[in-house]
Amino acid sequence: MTLLITIFAAIISTVVWLQKDIKNEMKIGNLALIYWGASIMWFVDAVFEYIELGAQYFTPSITEMVNDGFLGLCAVALGMIIWLGMTVVRRMKSCI
Amino acid sequence: MACFIVPAAEAVITSVVTKVVESKEKKVLSVEGKVEISSENKLPLSKKIKWLSNLLWGGSALLAFEHVWHGEIEPFFPFLTAAKSSAEWTAMLQETSTVGVAMAISVTLFWTGMVTVSNVLEKHKKLSLQPIRKE
Repeated sequence: MTLLITIFAAIISTVVWLQKDIKNEMKIGNLALIYWGASIMWFVDAVFEYIELGAQYFTPSITEMVNDGFLGLCAVALGMIIWLGMTVVRRMKSCI
Repeated sequence: MACFIVPAAEAVITSVVTKVVESKEKKVLSVEGKVEISSENKLPLSKKIKWLSNLLWGGSALLAFEHVWHGEIEPFFPFLTAAKSSAEWTAMLQETSTVGVAMAISVTLFWTGMVTVSNVLEKHKKLSLQPIRKE
C-alpha cells in the first residue's frame, strides 16, 4: 500500500509539473523526484520481500493494509512538507 | 533495518559533486564571459546531477521516516535498534549490503535513463535550430 500510494503521488506530481509548472516557478519537478526516489526504493524493497515471502506478499491482512496505507499517506505528506520547505527557502533567498 | 543508509551516503557524495561541478561551471562562465552558442540549448551538468541528488535525498528521507514508523530508528544513541545486539547487527549489515545497494543502483539507473532522454531531446532541439545552408 505504501508503494502504491507513493507511486500515485509520483505520477500525479509529474503530471501537474508537466501541465502547470512549465516555467518551473514552483519547482514541482523536485516534488516529483522526491516521490519517484521513494517509489523506486520501496519497489526494490517489495521485490526482496516477494523473493522472501512468495505469493503471500500479495495477500496482506486488513490490519497490515490499513497500517501501510496510513504510513503511505504520512510519507506523501512528509514529501510535501520537504518540498514546501525547499520552495519557501528558495523564495526567501531570492527576495533578500 | 537500515537499507536507506546506502542511498543516503550516495546522496551526500552526489551533493558534494553537484557543488564542485556548479563552481566549475561558474568559473568557466566568468572566465569566458559568455555562453557558447552550442551550449545554449543544453542543460548544465550540475542540474542533471541535482536530479540524482533530489531522487536520493527524497527517497532516503521517506525511507528513514518508514524506519522510524516501524521503530527501527530511535532518537538516542545508537539510533538504530539493530545495533543493540550482534546478531541483529549482522542481519542489518546483510540487508544494507543487498537491499540498500540494490536501491542505490536502481535509483542511479533511473537517473541514467532520465539523462539519456534529456541528451537525446537536446540533440534533436539543436538539430532543429541549425540554419539550413543554401548552396
